[in-house]
Amino acid sequence: MKYLYLMWSNLKRKKTRTILTLLSIVVAFTLFGYLGAIRQGFSQGIDVAGLDRLIVRHKVSIIQLLPANYEARMERIEGVSDAAHQTWFGGVYQKPSNFFAQMPVNPEEFLEMYPEYLLTDEEREAWLNTRTGVIAGRKIADRFGWKVGDRIPIQATIWFRKGGERTWEFDLVGIYDGAEKGTDTTQFFFRYDYFDEARQNGQGLVGWYTVRIDDPDRAVEISQRIDDEFANSRAETKTEPEGAFLQGFANQIGDIGMIFMSIIAAVFFTILLVTGNTMAYAVRERTNELAVLKALGFTDSGVLGLVLGESLVLSAIGGGVGLALAWFLVSMGDPSNGALPAFFIPPRDMILGVVLIVLMAFIAGILPALQAQRLRIADALRR
Amino acid sequence: MNPELIKVTNVDKVFKRGSEEVHVLGGLDLTIPEGEFLALMGPSGSGKSTLLNLVGGLDRPSQGSVVVDGEHIDKLSNRKLASWRARHIGLVFQFYNLMPVLTAQKNVELPLLLTHLSRSERKKRAAIALDIVGLSHRNGHYPRTLSGGEQQRVGIARAIVTDPTVLLCDEPTGDLDRKSGDEILDLLQELNRKQGKTIIMVTHDIHAAARASRTLYLNKGKLSRQAED
Repeated sequence: MKYLYLMWSNLKRKKTRTILTLLSIVVAFTLFGYLGAIRQGFSQGIDVAGLDRLIVRHKVSIIQLLPANYEARMERIEGVSDAAHQTWFGGVYQKPSNFFAQMPVNPEEFLEMYPEYLLTDEEREAWLNTRTGVIAGRKIADRFGWKVGDRIPIQATIWFRKGGERTWEFDLVGIYDGAEKGTDTTQFFFRYDYFDEARQNGQGLVGWYTVRIDDPDRAVEISQRIDDEFANSRAETKTEPEGAFLQGFANQIGDIGMIFMSIIAAVFFTILLVTGNTMAYAVRERTNELAVLKALGFTDSGVLGLVLGESLVLSAIGGGVGLALAWFLVSMGDPSNGALPAFFIPPRDMILGVVLIVLMAFIAGILPALQAQRLRIADALRR
Repeated sequence: MNPELIKVTNVDKVFKRGSEEVHVLGGLDLTIPEGEFLALMGPSGSGKSTLLNLVGGLDRPSQGSVVVDGEHIDKLSNRKLASWRARHIGLVFQFYNLMPVLTAQKNVELPLLLTHLSRSERKKRAAIALDIVGLSHRNGHYPRTLSGGEQQRVGIARAIVTDPTVLLCDEPTGDLDRKSGDEILDLLQELNRKQGKTIIMVTHDIHAAARASRTLYLNKGKLSRQAED
């Protein structure tokens, strides 16, 4: 700690250069944190996906439907303990830009399958007793200012009512919270029995199934058994772990992870050059001073440590401010006005940010530091 | 009183400039007793600063030995030599070589960072050193706001703050006007006489050398003449 003052004083030597370098680092780390939150939004659910849950969909595509009677057959397969279905409704609330996921489900089996969706006992009871009842996630309810008791009209784009009516009306009976920070609370679940009876066509069909298995280690084997069960039928299935399914769903927009990594890699490479350049100049300009430090008794490794320390101070201040700024911006709300299921910087990205700070300091500082370490006192003082 | 505080024996120093070898010192012998104020004179390129560097452990001889206070410093590893310098050598440079980003006080504290002293103790010792050189009232000033003479006083305070065995001064008045130069020489003389500091001073100035208790002349890497004051 006693050398911190010396490191900081050296960085203050060329204030403009240091401030510009710091700003570059701040921008890089702000971008890192903010993009991390967006990526988290797109990959929502993957991290909290149940290890003991599989998704069974039509072999051709998720938009092809499966018969509702598959459920009983699946539950008879050894290793499967439970199954529940969902169907993509794809409706619109008030205007097309108000997009969010709506799914008809069987309430009882759905809540059993997804214990991470938290309802009060009263809300649960109300849903079971209200045919037009719907539960909405906290985030989506807040987004539209819904309260329990509200009647919510949804315009169908896929599933019209009998007679061609587009508007479906639902009674909001509950607002669910997530058991974990990453739980998706932007969804809207209503009752399948009401949906199936009132829809114009497609009776007896569902979108996909979620299957709970007894032993996550047997996921591959049980997936195969399920697909074998429906092989050569009119609706063959493809079964995969929930995490893989959600990842595939997110990747419909593009490989978000890859896009994120590409942007961040480009930004950090540039910032590394800027920081490295600053450190190289900082050392070259004070060759004589470094020689004096050595003459006073600073060891070669001590001088190496001083230069690396300066690099670390620079990176830590810039990176720390950048991450703090990203955190602040993220806490202001997501840029899609609530369309992202979640928007926060995951702790693993914060840890990665700290690792990047240290790594950047090392890479930017090591060459000038080695140059300083190898400096021969008598030669340098003669310059 | 150690009559052989510094003993330089049969020292050669050869520099390589490309493929050419330049012999700066050749077979040099020198003994300096404790408490002496020695002036080293000679023309440019005669090896004065090189000899000073060898005695101060800033460079190594190509051949021969350098013993200071019983320590064969030419045999020490780089790390041990650095540590030895911190404890035994005080350096005063012609162009002061102060850290421009540090105040006078912080510049004087620099060598103390290598000790285990607490922050308050470092501060206290630096204040004493600045007081000795008569600059305690300017401890918060940065070098750029000090005159050349004042900067050199800070340099001397930095050199004596660790109470070193030997004070090595490389043309300490070379960048100063006569008045400031005299004040610096007064100070060095006082440190030698009152505190018994052993001082080796490289100088081109006969007037400065006259303040020393002994003057040696170097010419082409050899001690060509000795003169006692």
